[in-house]
Amino acid sequence: MTLAPAAAIAPVRRSGSQRAPGGGLIEHFERGLDAPICLTWELTYACNLACVHCLSSSGRRDPRELTTAEARAVIDELQAMGVFYVNIGGGEPTVRGDFWELVDYATDHRVGVKFSTNGSRITLAVARRLAASDYVDVQLSLDGATAEVNDAVRGPGSYAVVLRAMENLATAGFAGFKLSVVVTRHNVTQLDQLEALADHHGAQLRLTRLRPSGRGAAVWGELHVLPSQQRALYDWLVARGEQVLTGDSFFHLAGYGASLPGLDLCGAGRVVCLIDPVGDVYACPFAIHPQFLAGNVRDPGGFAGVWRTSELFTDLRRPQSSGACASCGHFGGCRGGCMAAKFFTGLPLDGPDPECVLGHGAAALAALDPGAEIPTPAADHSRRERHRAAGATRVPVAFGAPARARGRAHRPVSACDESPLAGLAPPDEPEWARALTPPDRPGSSVAPS
Amino acid sequence: MSTEPAFDAGAPWQLHPSVAVRAERFGALLYHFGTRRLSFLKDRRLLDVVEHLACHPSALDACRAAGVQPPEQAAFTVALARLAEGDMLVPGGPR
Repeated sequence: MTLAPAAAIAPVRRSGSQRAPGGGLIEHFERGLDAPICLTWELTYACNLACVHCLSSSGRRDPRELTTAEARAVIDELQAMGVFYVNIGGGEPTVRGDFWELVDYATDHRVGVKFSTNGSRITLAVARRLAASDYVDVQLSLDGATAEVNDAVRGPGSYAVVLRAMENLATAGFAGFKLSVVVTRHNVTQLDQLEALADHHGAQLRLTRLRPSGRGAAVWGELHVLPSQQRALYDWLVARGEQVLTGDSFFHLAGYGASLPGLDLCGAGRVVCLIDPVGDVYACPFAIHPQFLAGNVRDPGGFAGVWRTSELFTDLRRPQSSGACASCGHFGGCRGGCMAAKFFTGLPLDGPDPECVLGHGAAALAALDPGAEIPTPAADHSRRERHRAAGATRVPVAFGAPARARGRAHRPVSACDESPLAGLAPPDEPEWARALTPPDRPGSSVAPS
Repeated sequence: MSTEPAFDAGAPWQLHPSVAVRAERFGALLYHFGTRRLSFLKDRRLLDVVEHLACHPSALDACRAAGVQPPEQAAFTVALARLAEGDMLVPGGPR
């Protein structure tokens, strides 16, 4: 779930396997709130990058995307429901022609905005404008402390673009913007450097878990944090406490001991959800699949109707079976882990998380029938031409299997089959500025200033 | 977990103007647009106190008006102190 920044909620946490007595906040959250605390809203599937792990398989705009008027109507509903803020993402949300108009509309209606961007449009002028508002927060995506590690995942030149955006925000005096990192086995060894990079620019580091969602399903097996690296990640997060944001995404590590700051439960459909660019409402941003589709904001009852009465969300708010994990002494800590991570790796939803710190997930993955169908992420908006071109020039580990990614997902490989980082590094592709120009908006250049 | 912050319950306080409040069955959610922090109130009376702080000459008066009994006051003061520590409450005065 993505409830960050939820830093001041220490009373909510349980420690270890202890459960709060009935009627505690956790129980309230598990039963769902009348309105989400916050939600993720992906404004467009268009993106000028093609990150290998994109959780929404973004690339091309969808012709059915919400119009400006429809988006405003959603904001009106969010205000009426008392939703404090939206995490706007995409795709790259800033490529929408009405992006700033919608940001202004939301903040004028006291719906705060935190938006995620690859930084390609955060010029100094934009940074100054952002720095002037209390109600807008910015989250820059970066997946490595070095260009080598970052660009292997996010594309050639993307590291330089983020660095420039960070400099612009720092110059504009925007204190405390977020530097958001999806933790992989290649950058988990760079956490200190990433923290230093954030500190240097007056930013706050945010680490989130890599999920096998969207295009991430095809690379999860090669990128997810290795079992041998998990303990160090957990210890690092514990040592940082609330200094580092996590989107509450590492609660599956709670089996190691004390809970991490934040809400250690899956908030999907209970306190958070996703609205996708075409208005579909999913239980969480990592679960774009018909099984987790609750409705559409264009339905007669609008977003509120979906949130309050959809069959799926009603189901998610019922007591969940803890299945195979019921007898585990750590269940109170990890709550069985992430629903999406289980689903897209072919594990049962009431079984262990694939990255269960006790190794139950790895064992469950190994025990899966090799011929079994694994759910494939839906709504693929990847730019196919680009993928083919990339596949022709890159080592076929990350992008190299578009057909496979669009068809039946392949089984995550075991630890001994892992490809080294070298296998992920794309060759130089000097025309990064062209790659950053959204294909569906040819007039919108983002050449570096 | 931290040392007792300096919080004078005998002084006037008010909600920070950038804080939004949402009542919930369990109490309330508070969200601060400036610090971007979320807090939870686990008691409806605490919500009452927080919402009406600015109408009273002191936090103690606001608690009394919300029906907080003397034996409960210490716990309410601690809760208010935590909110003040997080900038959810700021010094104020009756209007």
